[in-house]
Amino acid sequence: MTVPADLDRRFRAAAAIAGLLDVGFDVVESPVGPLLMAATERGLCRISFNPDPERQLDRLAREYGPRVLRSSAAVEAAHRQLDEYFAGSRRGFELEFDLRASAPFAHRVLDELARVPFGETTTYGALANRVGAPRAARAVGTVMNRNPLPIVLPCHRVVGSNGSLTGYGGGLHVKEHLLRLEGVLL
Amino acid sequence: MALGRMMNAVAAVPPIPPFERFYLEQRDVVLGFLRRRLGANAAEDAFQETFLRALRAYPRLEHGEHLRAWVLTIAARLVIDTGRRARSLADELPELPVEDGRPVYAQLEHLADALPPTERAAVVLRYGYDLHYDDIATALGSSPEAARQAASSGIRRLRAGREIA
Repeated sequence: MTVPADLDRRFRAAAAIAGLLDVGFDVVESPVGPLLMAATERGLCRISFNPDPERQLDRLAREYGPRVLRSSAAVEAAHRQLDEYFAGSRRGFELEFDLRASAPFAHRVLDELARVPFGETTTYGALANRVGAPRAARAVGTVMNRNPLPIVLPCHRVVGSNGSLTGYGGGLHVKEHLLRLEGVLL
Repeated sequence: MALGRMMNAVAAVPPIPPFERFYLEQRDVVLGFLRRRLGANAAEDAFQETFLRALRAYPRLEHGEHLRAWVLTIAARLVIDTGRRARSLADELPELPVEDGRPVYAQLEHLADALPPTERAAVVLRYGYDLHYDDIATALGSSPEAARQAASSGIRRLRAGREIA
């Protein structure tokens, strides 16, 4: 007996609306490929360029609790804002974040990263300076590499001190796409 | 991850899966059970309510064993509640037999606590919820015949325990 799609959708929406989920996630389409987005009651907790839920379920459950369910209602606001960003009609995100799975140093770096404005770039060293750890450029690079909320927390705006793009979790072509979208690259 | 798997192997108890995986594995069986009991329309409401109740209870689970029996127990209780509500509205039939103020399935769940898990599930589902052996077999992942044997050996054990006491 297969569950009709409509019944399935109603249950998933009801679960999110009733506030019964530790994490709600969905896989959404974007110009840089499918993205997995996940949110808790506190806010957005994950954007992943690897959209296969099977690869994310256990980690999400370990970090936030076992009630992990796919439900578009749980990430609706973030999804809409992301669509607006890619359409060119949004320059900043008005979202709550849940960064409790990040270590304190990573948390500080990500807070600073969130302040780098649309259309501008900074360097790993400059970001290290701003969190009061001027010699930690390499550690800042590691935080960027593990950024739980790429695009929304703009690690694509962080480049090498010589201006090179260095690396990006979603692949360099995604970093280029985002910087072109923001008018940094032509 | 590897360490977690090793510890689970030592404890021989499956871990609690993320709810998504549990839901995907159980949803078809639960809907089938509810349709047989309630008909297609009422089954849809009961389906949603069953999994919402499962979500509420999920944080209290201690391991990932017998999850099919667990969720079918929730569904079966809902079928009883639905039936009771319909009856009290129609005011036709008496309540379920109650001795110490609790319905039969609640008393039985308590009595059967000491049984091995498979026998306990078979006894509670058969005599507490009046499930057919086909459904119990689905719940336990075994055959109807094995379900019948588990229920009857559970009942024998309960009787023996009572004689000793």
